[in-house]
Amino acid sequence: MNNYITAVCAIKNGKVMINDKVDFTNNAAGSDVDFLKSVYLHYQVSYPKFYKMDSLCKLAMVASELLIKTNKITERYKSEDIAIVIANSGSSLEVDTEHQKAISDKVNYFPSPAVFVYTLPNILIGEIAIRNKIKGENTFFIFDKFDAEFMSSYVNSLLNSNKEECCITGWVEFYDNNYEAFLITVEKNKEGNLNITNTKEELTKLYINQAQLAAS
Amino acid sequence: MNVYIAADNIVSPLGFTSDENFERLKQMETGVKLISGSSLSVEDVFASVIDDEQLEKEFQKLHAGQEYTKLEKMVLLSVTDALKQNKNIDITSSKTLIILSTTKGNIDLLGKEEGNRFDKKRVYLWETANVIGKYFNNPNQPVVISNACVSGVLAIITGKRLLEEGNYDTMVVAGVDIMTHFVVSGFQSFKAVSNEIAKPYDASRNGISLGEGCGTVILTNDKQKVDNLEMKIKVMGGASSNDANHISGPSRTGDGLLLAIEKTLKDSGVTASEIDYISGHGTATIFNDDMESLAVTDAKLAEVPMNSLKSYFGHTLGAAGVIESIVGIHSMRKSMLIGTYNFKELGVTAPINIIRDTKELEITNCLKTAAGFGGCNAAVLFQKEN
Repeated sequence: MNNYITAVCAIKNGKVMINDKVDFTNNAAGSDVDFLKSVYLHYQVSYPKFYKMDSLCKLAMVASELLIKTNKITERYKSEDIAIVIANSGSSLEVDTEHQKAISDKVNYFPSPAVFVYTLPNILIGEIAIRNKIKGENTFFIFDKFDAEFMSSYVNSLLNSNKEECCITGWVEFYDNNYEAFLITVEKNKEGNLNITNTKEELTKLYINQAQLAAS
Repeated sequence: MNVYIAADNIVSPLGFTSDENFERLKQMETGVKLISGSSLSVEDVFASVIDDEQLEKEFQKLHAGQEYTKLEKMVLLSVTDALKQNKNIDITSSKTLIILSTTKGNIDLLGKEEGNRFDKKRVYLWETANVIGKYFNNPNQPVVISNACVSGVLAIITGKRLLEEGNYDTMVVAGVDIMTHFVVSGFQSFKAVSNEIAKPYDASRNGISLGEGCGTVILTNDKQKVDNLEMKIKVMGGASSNDANHISGPSRTGDGLLLAIEKTLKDSGVTASEIDYISGHGTATIFNDDMESLAVTDAKLAEVPMNSLKSYFGHTLGAAGVIESIVGIHSMRKSMLIGTYNFKELGVTAPINIIRDTKELEITNCLKTAAGFGGCNAAVLFQKEN
């Protein structure tokens, strides 16, 4: 059974790519987080919780926002019929390092619950779910690099077994001066602007294409 | 396709095999105790911690050669023992996949002392999994799941689904987390840690006890690989869900967990009235246990005997779902339900049937539930084959 990639949003290298086109560029941001703020402001996202989030969740939040805007999956499916399956390499190590710093000195000892809560990578799935009222399956995988074969086949089995109707899936990384979001929606029918068959080969091609756009 | 439990192991302060652990649970002995003057915590804390010397003694028996982290040692011991339980399992086969479930992995390496002994890369969860895969000469890239406190249940569900896809015939699912200053200080900053041994579902509960451990469960879709087991237990189905409510607190209504339970029953082809036993999440925080009581009641499971093992093992995070599932599986094999340590008086929103004392009961269907940060919930169902 074929399933289709119906939309893509990628954020990398100071650029936002939506459905295979560079949609926004800002190479003048002071830092990676400043760049994410500029994306948030440019697209008038209007979700003040954004400012409380750690960098990984900020990235996931804006990427998922722009993705869902393009094909309105949350209006077309019931909240429990949409899954979120995301992976990365660095888990939550960016904010882990921050928490570790806060506890490493017994004199300046300041662990913060507002920081600690982000020391799990699946919190970004939670943030996307809360923002969009999505209640379906959620799983966070860790791989050394984006694994198109595993991700496409896992998502296809989720849809083909009728566990879910639609899935937000991809890669969200923010660690060690490297950030990258690559999120797609996969549906059973050709519903969107892209309609690429969700196979290892097509997903790999799409992923490489986004990286080339980001580097252009 | 049927997916069977082929072997299992638990490494915890209560023992280094599933049988050792189960014997201690039967006697209602807990691994949680007061830890003072430890580098794990600035103040005294109740926790379930494996004795370093004992771990080292057990690990020496493996003659592993190179240096491994504490977490890796626990996994190597756990998987080695599980493999010993069933000679039909070949971990070196290309049809065998390793799934690692962990929330924080080698997070102790972020600290200076431990960090200096290993390559910087070792703190990446995929690298930890690679080290484990390499030790066992497994040819496949391991899959890592890091999804807060539902990781272990999700890993078992994922294992079943990957078997159904047909590329593998065996899944070695290991769930592990260690006690670290990192994790203890975080939960303390949340004011979530109890000042006594956790009291799941009890009226006077006031927070969690943390713990460390490793559970390994081996799944197979090849019935011949379980021909040596008198009782055959199947993973029938499972599901996860999100509350879409709050990142660090459960839904007040239990609707997210209810959804995971309902999807699990549907996936398994089992009705609520057929469930004999629920292995709950029971962290002993006010909100979690209340939420669970509502979800279980709404799922028409309020009368089903239910326990929590968090007052024995502490909350072992990414290991919890695997360890607690294994105890459930042994409860099925031995027709013996474990009483909930430290539970005296029911104190949750909806009346549920918490098991107070260990007792005999034949179990056909066992439901394991879990919930965690990020609003995630998961459930999995085990069934005894007639």
